Amino acid sequence: MRVFRYPAPPPSSITPHRAWLSRRDLLAAGAAAGLTGLVMPPRAAGAADLAARPGALSNAGLKPTPLRDVTHYNNFYEFGLEKTDPADRSADFQPRPWTIRVDGMVAKPRTYDIDALLARPLEERIYRMRCVEAWSMVIPWIGFALRDLLAEVEPLGSAKYVAFESVVRPSQMPGQGGVLPVLDWPYVEALRLDEALHPLTILAVGLYGQTLPNQNGAPVRLVVPWKYGFKGIKSVVRIRLTDRMPRTSWNVRAPDEYGFYANVNPAVDHPRWSQASERPIGTGGFFGASRQPTLPFNGYGAQVAGLYAGMDLRRDF
Amino acid sequence: MASRRVRSAGLVRLALYGIGLVPAAVSFVQGATDRLGADPVNVFERTLGLWALRFLILSLCIAPLRDLAGINLLRYRRALGLLAFWYALFHLTAYVALDLGFDLRTLLADVTRRPFIILGMAAFTILAALAATSNGWAIRRLGRRWQALHRWVYAAAICAAIHFVLSFKVIRVETLLYGLVVAALLAFRVWRTAARRGRRRPASAAGRDGGREFPRDDAGEA
Repeated sequence: MRVFRYPAPPPSSITPHRAWLSRRDLLAAGAAAGLTGLVMPPRAAGAADLAARPGALSNAGLKPTPLRDVTHYNNFYEFGLEKTDPADRSADFQPRPWTIRVDGMVAKPRTYDIDALLARPLEERIYRMRCVEAWSMVIPWIGFALRDLLAEVEPLGSAKYVAFESVVRPSQMPGQGGVLPVLDWPYVEALRLDEALHPLTILAVGLYGQTLPNQNGAPVRLVVPWKYGFKGIKSVVRIRLTDRMPRTSWNVRAPDEYGFYANVNPAVDHPRWSQASERPIGTGGFFGASRQPTLPFNGYGAQVAGLYAGMDLRRDF
Repeated sequence: MASRRVRSAGLVRLALYGIGLVPAAVSFVQGATDRLGADPVNVFERTLGLWALRFLILSLCIAPLRDLAGINLLRYRRALGLLAFWYALFHLTAYVALDLGFDLRTLLADVTRRPFIILGMAAFTILAALAATSNGWAIRRLGRRWQALHRWVYAAAICAAIHFVLSFKVIRVETLLYGLVVAALLAFRVWRTAARRGRRRPASAAGRDGGREFPRDDAGEA
């Protein structure tokens, strides 16, 4: 497989590992001072410390959204429709034991155990996260490039897309058994093969120095920073390579609102709201921060715009 | 006797405004002091919009309560309608000021292009017109036309309910319930009108008064 080489940021812009760790000391100190509930929420059940080296493609200069907001404000409809539901209703979810099946148009289909994934060399990737609902965060993910995993299963020349499938466990995921049908379960997502092979695309197994909390898609999820957040499928159990464009959950639900590509694009509005700007989360109250402009490809245009050369991104939104 | 009743009704009305504005005040203080969650502007906007819809629905409950249950709360309907208007105004202000940060280009694009926003603006515009003509002077001045004007509240309720349903990515039990309540309240009006028409013909033949049991209250029919 061809190896992509991307310009590495100057070493000065990378947070030294020790500094990164000392941030956590600061948080711990705050906790010791009796601010536990305010500064650092109790670690999610089962979440453990997770070491990672700073990734070269990480946006080290961005200030991460507070951990409390990252873990207590997100969409994960398997647990409910409210943004507080994932944190409130995911305590019973069992992220272990866990395996991911990788098959389809590959030479060497494999089943990965989560422990084997956690034992891989892991990187911290601080990425912008832009939700299709026009809010955004900066999240310090921990994970590895999806391309490394795909290289091991050896995609066939005929493979054009990578399809992902989420877990179905109505007994542990109360949102999967709601009164009204929300989405068809399992949640499914997909990328074009070249998007999946892009070095920015990662499988995340942790965030903020710990294993992935249940509410954020434990134990393993997809992160594609230049696309809207709903492309980042959570609690993945299967990855399948195929030659036909796979169905994706939100696109099936409302094709005029959620495209297959779902690249962050300030020029293409959602039918019900503008995508030109976004509300950064966790900036404190009404007057903490105002809207900020949304960047094409969420600020990753220099790295990924080439994937879409010649395409009409208004049509293929 | 009568004056005491009038005075107590006035006090109840005053209390209604006072209590009615509590959710807005509480939500504002929470938001200003960062106790409204991770996305305080969005929560504040939604809270205000939802209370606007709730007061609108309450104002529409007055007539069926009187006709079906014999409970006459007509003297409080204007207060409920005005609360709906004030909440709609706060909701719109929060959207323009806090959410959009007075970004008038985005506002213009929203208002001209998006049915979701257009429905909300239509509901607000109607409520504003009704609020502006809710005083005694306007009622006397507009005469019969006042009633016709204030029937537009049904259109406002339809727009507001659809606006609410569209404000989420998927259909929710909650939005569905609000929609059903609005639909039921409108269905009651249709049924009442049909019933009156049906009654009026045989009634006039018999030389009786028309179907209007509450002629004095008709000025406030809405």
